[in-house]
Amino acid sequence: MVLLLQLISNGIILGCIIALGSIGLSLLYGILKFGNFAHGDMMTLGAYFAFLFKVQLGMPMWAAFVLAMLLTAFVAVIVDQVIYKSLRKSDSIILLIASVGIALILRNFIQLIWGPQNHFYDKGIQMPIQLGLGVRVKPNQILILVVTVALVIFVHLFLTKTKMGKAMRAMSDNMDLAKVTGINTEQVIKWTWVLGAVLTAAAGILLGIDTHLLPSMGWNLLLPLFAATILGGIGSPYGAMLGGLVIGVSQELSTLVIPPTYKPGVAFLIMLLMLLIKPTGLMGRSV
Amino acid sequence: MISYLIFFLIICGIYGIMTLGLNLQWGYTGLFNIGVAGFWAVGAYTSAILTKPPAPEHLGGFNLPFIVGLLAAAVVSGVIAFLIGIPTLRLREDYLAIATIGIAEIIRLIVKNEEWLTNGVRGISGIPKPFKSLFGNSYNLFYLILVMIALGIIYFIIQRGIKSPWGRVLRAIREDEEVARAAGKDVFRYRLESLVLGSMIMGVGGAIYAHFTSFISPEAFKPMQGTFLVWVMLIIGGSGNSLGALLGTLITWSIWSGTEILTSFLPSTITTQAAAFRVILIGVLLEVVLLTRPEGILGEDPHVSSVLKE
Repeated sequence: MVLLLQLISNGIILGCIIALGSIGLSLLYGILKFGNFAHGDMMTLGAYFAFLFKVQLGMPMWAAFVLAMLLTAFVAVIVDQVIYKSLRKSDSIILLIASVGIALILRNFIQLIWGPQNHFYDKGIQMPIQLGLGVRVKPNQILILVVTVALVIFVHLFLTKTKMGKAMRAMSDNMDLAKVTGINTEQVIKWTWVLGAVLTAAAGILLGIDTHLLPSMGWNLLLPLFAATILGGIGSPYGAMLGGLVIGVSQELSTLVIPPTYKPGVAFLIMLLMLLIKPTGLMGRSV
Repeated sequence: MISYLIFFLIICGIYGIMTLGLNLQWGYTGLFNIGVAGFWAVGAYTSAILTKPPAPEHLGGFNLPFIVGLLAAAVVSGVIAFLIGIPTLRLREDYLAIATIGIAEIIRLIVKNEEWLTNGVRGISGIPKPFKSLFGNSYNLFYLILVMIALGIIYFIIQRGIKSPWGRVLRAIREDEEVARAAGKDVFRYRLESLVLGSMIMGVGGAIYAHFTSFISPEAFKPMQGTFLVWVMLIIGGSGNSLGALLGTLITWSIWSGTEILTSFLPSTITTQAAAFRVILIGVLLEVVLLTRPEGILGEDPHVSSVLKE
């Protein structure tokens, strides 16, 4: 029982990180009609930018967090303008290939600058807090939960209250209808990259706070990110949040029955099952 | 120098087999497989396990001949492709991309963790080199001929297939699935056949690789690097053109190993940086080709009906 609760608690933390990453992935997928395979590596980039500001430049963590999110968004917009913009009229698969290339470039750029070894934001060890019923969490994990909830509320307000947010949802729902109503699609695409990059950078930083930084950290999460996106329904940000939590908790719970090394396989299996049963996802409309 | 050239051409030929397999899937049918390294590993391990003398550390000791290893590599890769194709080929094309990444990842996890089967991270060594005793010092030259024969056979099979009615249906599906379906073609079946056949070719390539290096380990298959190189080779040479695929392989492998030679002169303290820089270079090359010449160097070979030709 204690073990079960502990695994669920760990799963929620992991789920938060996956959810943050997959909201952007899902919106980009819905609006640009291609799976951004560089999303995981954008996550890594965000984490290393925070490392740059926090550890190498000695800034406070909150400032490093915000600056890293903005810098990642800047990189995402530049990549979009230089590469994806010219390819928008081609087949979505061409964009996908381009994003695989970007993923490789980003990861190796990180390895070039910061090296292949582990990095930490803080060297100290945190004492876990007893939550009752024998469940223990690290103070950092509570921080992860709080930051995620704050960001999700921010995303919700942005998508429902602002003009740009509504335009994003409209484009993700029905591109042609959105164009007819006079939405400036290029502008919306730019802001979708900003939103997606900010969230995925946050996910990367939180993952770095929970564990450590590694050039492959984001790439290793790409499969769970896609699983959460497909589970929730492509183009649905709320579905992605739900999907992220489901994937996170299932991955942790799976360790009860299979060796923990196969955790990434669980995300894959859930995704395959979803594709077989209901390819539109839990909250999606069209494939 | 000659021996380096032979070595270079052998690896180039193995990559050429991979690129031909991918060209069948992507170039002719429009199937997006980014799990190339997974099928590579499956082929390599299958043949290694079946042809090796007994080894206490992992499954093996079947001592089967090389050719059986090759065939088994093809069969196992084909079965895996079949299983992955069933849930994904009816859906949108990019789902297959995500699924193949997943399967490659799971294969990597199995290879790394199931020590009874693959000896885990320590890898399998002493994979028999076929006819080693007959050729002695000029063995690599013999192996080069072997690789080239395999490449030639695969090239011939693909060209025959592509020029046949079967190949025309594949290209029709790639261009417009609905039209192919309206013409009464079972789109799903043709896609599955293309996926399975392409993956079998990759499995054979993997097996040939394993018998050449005679040592394989999870580290040998940097999944993204292997897959990515094969993709770049195909895109640069020209998807939908087998000759282009081979030309792309030669060019990309020349750049890849050329930069390796250059960086080997650098001090050892920055070797990891140099390796990263090489990948960035190839990545930039891919983006430049996609932006400026998306059809690749040769582009798709024109397909004209033999009736019109005359």
